[in-house]
Amino acid sequence: MTAILARLLGRLPIGWLQLLHNKTRLAAAVAGIAFANILVFVQLGVMFALNTTILLPYTLFDADIIISAADANTLTDGSNVPRQRSFEAMSVPGVASALPLFVGNVDWTRDDGNVTNLQVLALDPSQGAYVIPEIRNKIANLLLIDTALIDRMTRGADTDRLALISPDNPLTFETRGRTLTVPGTISIGGGFSSDGYMVTSDQTFLRLFSSRIAGAPNHILLKTEPGFNVDAVIEELRLLLPDDKVKVRTLAEAAKADQIYQTTERPTGLIFGFGVVMGVIVGLVIVYQLLSTDVADHLKEYATFKAMGYGQSFFMGIIFEEALILAIFGFVPGLIISSILYQLLNSATGLPVMMDMARPIAVFLGTIASCSISGAIATRRLASADPADLF
Amino acid sequence: MTGAAFPIVTQGLNHWFGVGEARKQAIFDVNLSIEAGKLTVLMGPSGSGKTTLLTLIGCLRDVQDGSVHLLGQELYGASEADLVLARRKLGFIFQAHNLHESLTALQNVRVGLEVHGASLSGKRSQFEAASAHLLGLLGLKDRIHYLPGNLSGGQKQRVAIARALVGNPRIIFADEPTAALDKESGTHVVRLLKQLGEQRGTTTVMVTHDNRILEMADRIITLEEGRIVDDIPVAS
Ligand SMILES: Nc1ncnc2c1ncn2[C@@H]1O[C@H](COP(=O)(O)OP(=O)(O)OP(=O)(O)O)[C@@H](O)[C@H]1O
Ligand SMILES: [Mg+2]
Repeated sequence: MTAILARLLGRLPIGWLQLLHNKTRLAAAVAGIAFANILVFVQLGVMFALNTTILLPYTLFDADIIISAADANTLTDGSNVPRQRSFEAMSVPGVASALPLFVGNVDWTRDDGNVTNLQVLALDPSQGAYVIPEIRNKIANLLLIDTALIDRMTRGADTDRLALISPDNPLTFETRGRTLTVPGTISIGGGFSSDGYMVTSDQTFLRLFSSRIAGAPNHILLKTEPGFNVDAVIEELRLLLPDDKVKVRTLAEAAKADQIYQTTERPTGLIFGFGVVMGVIVGLVIVYQLLSTDVADHLKEYATFKAMGYGQSFFMGIIFEEALILAIFGFVPGLIISSILYQLLNSATGLPVMMDMARPIAVFLGTIASCSISGAIATRRLASADPADLF
Repeated sequence: MTGAAFPIVTQGLNHWFGVGEARKQAIFDVNLSIEAGKLTVLMGPSGSGKTTLLTLIGCLRDVQDGSVHLLGQELYGASEADLVLARRKLGFIFQAHNLHESLTALQNVRVGLEVHGASLSGKRSQFEAASAHLLGLLGLKDRIHYLPGNLSGGQKQRVAIARALVGNPRIIFADEPTAALDKESGTHVVRLLKQLGEQRGTTTVMVTHDNRILEMADRIITLEEGRIVDDIPVAS
């Protein structure tokens, strides 16, 4: 290793030799950096899981445009939209069809007595074109009143039992005073605001939520005719509809806005965002502490080198060498442990805490950068001092 | 006075330590011309300013007042880059050995060569051989792969001497280099330094109290309370 580094660097690998000389300190430094990495990975994992789950319900629909109340930030909050808006929208050239979407929440008391919270998405089951194929195949089952498809990824649910569900072997449960029959399942997965999802017909929805009326859905989904520019159609709709009452967006825009709202204005999102910031800061402090202590401990030796005619770039070279070695040595165990923690979190919470390709690269580069910057700051003292004052 | 005959010339050199109330002058109006190829010894009681003077003329301290001409270059107001280059022409042997604890004896000496990078005529692969050879001359042939922690005080000092000499410096500054050495190896080291002076014209400025070394000196300068009080050329 020493010989390889010597060849690579074209000089003695002093940083490496320095690290190797004190193995206890090296182990502590590697553990510190691994810990900093784990901290950041876990916070990022949870934050990205939140971001992902916010988008999930939007991915169930196959629609171009969504009309929501002006005060609605998510699928569930805000006022209702009068169904009359869908008729108005239909008058705009390029709008092919419109579908009211109802959203609510029910409790599902499972066989084992535990209660989970399901977000209900309800629509006219004859409009299969508005949902993704997985649901489209099963939506005909919802033509019967008091039937529902439930999310087999629902947090805490008995997945073995849910896997057996079919029209011939349905599940039944009671909620809001009605008995629902579940002839099939869908796969979505819970998030921070609900444990899972349930899809029903609009008729079933209105029976479950007696205070809701058919004339006031939560949102209206639109499909455009082929050949029409969606953005142009949206412009037309915005001109037609009062913007103090409703907002017209593409489905993707609405999903993105929901994500931004939930991550920057809602407590959960803020807490996890804050967690990432804290993780990064704690990581930076650990790394800075490590590198600056190391520089301080070798100041006498560096001063000697300086007296011999070595310039600041030489010391930066040593520090970068150390930073790179520590970053690599700390990253590998950090990544492995984080991946294990992701799996534990995943199975414990049902949240999609998953590693993607970009995150390790970002964390690794961030570690190298913070190690290097910390080292560079720590060597500043060396740059300004007379060598004779450092012995 | 040319840089060649007098590699070190100081004029009106003053130096202070501390700031404000605590400001205290350590060097007073030192005017000095040191001849090339000679062994000049600096003497004086503890605290008289020997180390301070040595570090001032050796580019290790900023010159605050007065002038230091080193190898034809003015150090007063010199840029950091110029100082870095100037230091490469010098060899320093410190009062404490100042070896790098993580590097072996051989590696410590090699660092003294690597500072010259590729500009040195020798190739990098020859650095090791040259370093080992010098350590051999200083009686450390079978200790070259030892870490400083496993060497005696005298052995460490000899490694530090090898490190200072290995780059063929024009001037060697030595601050009590023989303090940790026994009588015999102390004399051996000084003889080696004198030999270098004769063969290569290396100038040596050495702080010492050692009587045996005084006998070998070409010139003895005595400091007291930051002033030169005595300056004797010794006829050889
Ligand atoms: N870094 C410093 N800060 C403040 N005062 C200093 C510093 N270095 C030296 N001095 C003071 O300057 C004076 C000269 O010190 P110097 O180290 O040059 O003496 P010296 O002749 O080398 O002594 P010794 O023989 O003990 O090594 C002393 O009074 C000392 O206290
Ligand atoms: Mg001294």
